[in-house]
Amino acid sequence: MVTTGTGPGARGRAGAPQVLSVASLRKEYGGKAAVDGVSFEVGRGEIVGLLGPNGAGKTTTINMVLGVLAPTSGTIHIQQLDLAAQRSAALELTNFAAVYSPLPGNLTVYQNLRVFGLIYGVKALGARIEELLAQFDLVRYRDAKCGVLSSGEQTRVALAKAMLNRPSLLLLDEPTASLDPATARDIRARIREFAAEGTGGVLWTSHNMYEVEEVCDRVMFLSHGRVLLEGDPRTLPREHGQPSLEELFITVAREPLALGRS
Amino acid sequence: MRIHRAAAVALRHYYLLRGSAARFLPLFAWVAIDMVLWGFMSRYLNAITDQPYNFVPALLGAVLLWDFFIRVMQGVTMVFFEDVWSRNFLNMFASPLSISEYLGGLVLSSIATSAIGLVVMLVLASTVFGLSFAMYGALVLPFLLVLFLFGIALGIFGCALVLRLGPASEWFVWPIPALLSPFAGVFYPLSTLPAWMQAVSKVLPPSYVFEGMRALAAGGTFQVSTLLWGAGLAVVEILLACALFTRVHREAVRTGLIARYSAESVS
Repeated sequence: MVTTGTGPGARGRAGAPQVLSVASLRKEYGGKAAVDGVSFEVGRGEIVGLLGPNGAGKTTTINMVLGVLAPTSGTIHIQQLDLAAQRSAALELTNFAAVYSPLPGNLTVYQNLRVFGLIYGVKALGARIEELLAQFDLVRYRDAKCGVLSSGEQTRVALAKAMLNRPSLLLLDEPTASLDPATARDIRARIREFAAEGTGGVLWTSHNMYEVEEVCDRVMFLSHGRVLLEGDPRTLPREHGQPSLEELFITVAREPLALGRS
Repeated sequence: MRIHRAAAVALRHYYLLRGSAARFLPLFAWVAIDMVLWGFMSRYLNAITDQPYNFVPALLGAVLLWDFFIRVMQGVTMVFFEDVWSRNFLNMFASPLSISEYLGGLVLSSIATSAIGLVVMLVLASTVFGLSFAMYGALVLPFLLVLFLFGIALGIFGCALVLRLGPASEWFVWPIPALLSPFAGVFYPLSTLPAWMQAVSKVLPPSYVFEGMRALAAGGTFQVSTLLWGAGLAVVEILLACALFTRVHREAVRTGLIARYSAESVS
């Protein structure tokens, strides 16, 4: 593995304490590793991009951090809480939004936020919901069923749900996929605002290298279940002789072995 | 166990019921139709038989109790199916919600929905067909309790089955009450059954309820200890069903089935 930024065991950006610490994470299916010894951290206030071609192990990694997929080996700590031993306490500090996991379309925006607010144990829930409805420009959709909203509106609802408990760790799996550029920019701005507050860190997957470069403080390229490259998305391409992050991504996808040797 | 998390699962179902006649009406419509159908059937049998035997408590009472059991079971499975149908597993199981809290939410919801069906049945059976539970005395409450407990056990078992075998397997769950009814002796004494069917009846708590109900309706006596045995059996079966659900969930987390329930259905 080539690391040009903060490596495993290091602290996050500007020495911020870790909100997520993943060590030697491995997941095997029938003897074949989908994730193979991955280690990384996410610091408070940091946005970390988890990049890689389809099948590289990004969603598998995120599913393990969310506790819906058991690792074959390795550990996950969220704010020093061992996910395997203290699942509920650790997940109370976490939240997520994923393009493939929309909120139930048969409930209204308000009802979904209320149900998940109770599940996450949000204090002063009514006020928090009103705050998020305003923050994500959802007030007019408060009583609309989520299933009738546009993709952009549904993504904003999913993000409002993901912010309900002011998570220490926010996991976003392609949150801007299928959004128009204006809506995607709006979403990115809100996530940057969340990170800038300094209360939580973000682990983000995306195939849009432009937005990764714009948003992420640090990126990790996964290939065949391993972290192949890690570093600042603005300097990493040059360090590996590529003109852009997108070209670097394509190289990772097509010639991961060449990069692994560099 | 945090009660607010279990309450959230039940609240979600309340929102769904409140906003959908298609979900709310079946809570009482089918059981009401059953009361009317079997009420008239009981009256007819009373009219054509010379014996002083009253079919109303024996038949209509049996249908009422059996329908209550079905409503309890479906009260559990329906809440689970809503998560299956709305592809909500990832949102629910990637949250702090524990398995006991989730199952607790299914039970809370079932208590509310089955109570609606029970009240409608009691009102119809007593006001229209003169069914009186006074003849069962205080035993009517343990009768209902045993059926409730067994309904919860079978509901959780059904959820475990669908979690393990996938969404299409819900069609294995719907007919379970019909499959069990011949063994439970809802309409006839267990002595009517061949020996192997009687052996199956012994592990079905409702069979103790219906034997007791018939004995009391015929003016006989019934040993409460038998009902206690049925209640104990139902509690053991709830524990077994919870253990099965937990095991299936753990296996689903090991294999990634929970995540794929949502992710792969979209991609």
